[in-house]
Amino acid sequence: MGRESLAVESFAMESLASEPLGMGLAVVVAVLLVLGSLFSLLAAVGLLRFPDLYTRMHAASKAGSVGSGLLLIAAGLHALDGAILLRALAGFFFILLTAPISAHLLAKAAHHAGQRLHPISVTDQMPRERVGPKD
Amino acid sequence: MKRAILILSMTLTWTAITGSVSALNLLLGLAVSALSLWLVREQVAAAGSNVRPLPFLLLCGLFFKELALSAIKVAFLVVQPRMRLKPGIFAYSLTVTRDFEITLLANLITLTPGTLSVDVSADRRILYVHALDCADPAALRHDIAHGFERRIREAFPL
Repeated sequence: MGRESLAVESFAMESLASEPLGMGLAVVVAVLLVLGSLFSLLAAVGLLRFPDLYTRMHAASKAGSVGSGLLLIAAGLHALDGAILLRALAGFFFILLTAPISAHLLAKAAHHAGQRLHPISVTDQMPRERVGPKD
Repeated sequence: MKRAILILSMTLTWTAITGSVSALNLLLGLAVSALSLWLVREQVAAAGSNVRPLPFLLLCGLFFKELALSAIKVAFLVVQPRMRLKPGIFAYSLTVTRDFEITLLANLITLTPGTLSVDVSADRRILYVHALDCADPAALRHDIAHGFERRIREAFPL
């Protein structure tokens, strides 16, 4: 462990000495916040970098929901209030419930509308429906 | 008994969403849960499915593990300078038959590494899944069949 990190630690210990639980909780909350922001950022980068709609949905549905979930849990823990933590967990639960559905609907709508997979794609076993009004 | 568990979990959800755990709010939650269950009593009776608690918890555990892995995998893919993708859509023959099982499986597939459910065929026997790495659809099918689908069947016996 370097001298710098020791200095940082002792500083944090002093400022939080009045709360015995505060230090550990602050570290957990900070880690969750950083991880959550990182996943959200990478989800956004993924939206930009992936080649077509279908691959983009992967970034949005997975990294996006994990990112916002971690941020919500961090907010709930930071409040030190059971009711707020429960509400944050409920928020996470509903994100997990709805994110895959929106991704699934977008991908399905794109496929129905005739959106082709990017040329690097290796296979498409899903039958194409005739575009136009149904009988 | 089953009703009681259902009402209790709905009350918990109610307190979670309203954000207050006072006795009065708990009572209100109980009343709202009982009333809403009563309103849909026929559908609940028709659905009548068993949940086995231990396999259900295992399913939840597996889900969170896969979700974390999946987010990390996508994150790694995104930051690579040259993304090695072999995307594609493969057909997956379902062995689960009930609507809520298919919904659950489709949602779980979407939130796990490299796979995203796109559509269910009209006869509900085939699930179309988009994969980031679709070079070996047989292996992907094997993973789903021996992972989530088996766990779902164990958690919700017919």
